[in-house]
Amino acid sequence: MNALAPRPPAPPLGMLCELTHRCPLQCPYCSNPVALERSHGELSTEEWLHVLSQARAMGVIHLHLSGGEPTVRRDLEVLIHHAASIGLYTNLITAGVLLDRARLERLVQAGLDHVQLSLQAAEPGLADRIAGYPGGHARKLAFAEMVTALDLPLTINAVMHRQNLDQLPAMIDLAVGLGARRLEVASVQYYGWAIANRGALMPGSDQLEALSGTVAAARERLKGVLTIDFVVPDYYARRPKPCMGGWARQFLNVTPTGKVLPCHAAETIPGLVFDTVRERPLAEIWHHSAAFNRFRGTAWMPEPCQSCDLREVDWGGCRCQALAVAGDAALTDPACELSPHHDRLRSLAEADSAAGLSEFNYRRFRKPAAADVV
Amino acid sequence: MGERILILEAAVPRFRRGVRFRFDQARDQWLIVAPERVSMPNQTAVEVLKLVDGAASVGVIADGLAERFQAPRELILSDVIAMLQDLADKGVLAA
Repeated sequence: MNALAPRPPAPPLGMLCELTHRCPLQCPYCSNPVALERSHGELSTEEWLHVLSQARAMGVIHLHLSGGEPTVRRDLEVLIHHAASIGLYTNLITAGVLLDRARLERLVQAGLDHVQLSLQAAEPGLADRIAGYPGGHARKLAFAEMVTALDLPLTINAVMHRQNLDQLPAMIDLAVGLGARRLEVASVQYYGWAIANRGALMPGSDQLEALSGTVAAARERLKGVLTIDFVVPDYYARRPKPCMGGWARQFLNVTPTGKVLPCHAAETIPGLVFDTVRERPLAEIWHHSAAFNRFRGTAWMPEPCQSCDLREVDWGGCRCQALAVAGDAALTDPACELSPHHDRLRSLAEADSAAGLSEFNYRRFRKPAAADVV
Repeated sequence: MGERILILEAAVPRFRRGVRFRFDQARDQWLIVAPERVSMPNQTAVEVLKLVDGAASVGVIADGLAERFQAPRELILSDVIAMLQDLADKGVLAA
């Protein structure tokens, strides 16, 4: 190898396991792929246990148990117990509508460290309409109370878009009232399902101006009570976010069937082949898989990234967004104002926002009816 | 809720629920692991945090360190309090 050969990658900090794509909710911005995996293809308990052991051995610290809805897996207790026993920090990412107190207690007993609960809005009618699940919001609130009653740390995840952004102040109050320690104000990311729903989800620039002010004021008011994590929505940003902390730098994602991805949306990129844990050891995939090495580091970068002082800050931004908006995953993320496609991103957002649709194309086990071509 | 936790000599610090202090073989390094966050304490902090067990008071922790490192107790105590207060403010410790 020559002197410029990249150093071997550091161990990953976090691994997200999509234990299943089954979910009672139908949120129209779901991060799962449009082609959902059916239950018969899911990894078995034994296979997941082996994945967890390999992850810890290679240095993974945070284990995020997600889906779909991870609690539909009956072996969740077994997986958490094993993860905790080998020293993985376990985070359950849940919709919170399926667990009763007895099962939550079993998960805590197994060693669960932290719960992340999604809320779709502050007002029940709107929340249930977004989730496509009548009665869901009330169940979530009851679940949050169970979590804090067991003294388990709680994060509320609030995915924000045009139809619920005006409820953010109420959602912040709700998070505090529920006893959450953290709130993630997560703007919808436009891949997969969300692309098919852009006209119903894209906020207007006026809403976003209010958003930053709301978050700043709440952070000041709630210092020491509630930590608020907030990322400016890409479509109105001037600089890209360091998506996943950089491609294949800190994080890996395992799908229900065992495919290992650098991010949950990576399968939208054509031409990348993803190895599975059924065929290759996890550490070997992390170090050597072609898909992980394709955009790792800075050598792959085009201009203006290649000579940019921020190339090891934002790592070129998001590959999936470069593909979705600029048409090529190897280009600069158009969220960057130095990208020649930046204006297009902004005008797409304004057009989608002005479309003012309210009906959703819900996440279900089928292709979306009106898959939008960007 | 919302009250600042004050670390005084008599306080008994402990890691908050959801926070883990552990040695990581892969990195050969002690880590403080919290929801969505990992931090790597320096060597001094590691020596103090190893003594945080939910039973020993700050004063007792300072006694142990003063003896072990043959340093003036008052100096050690003020350093330990400053360090633990910082971690309490960051949500890592309760007392």
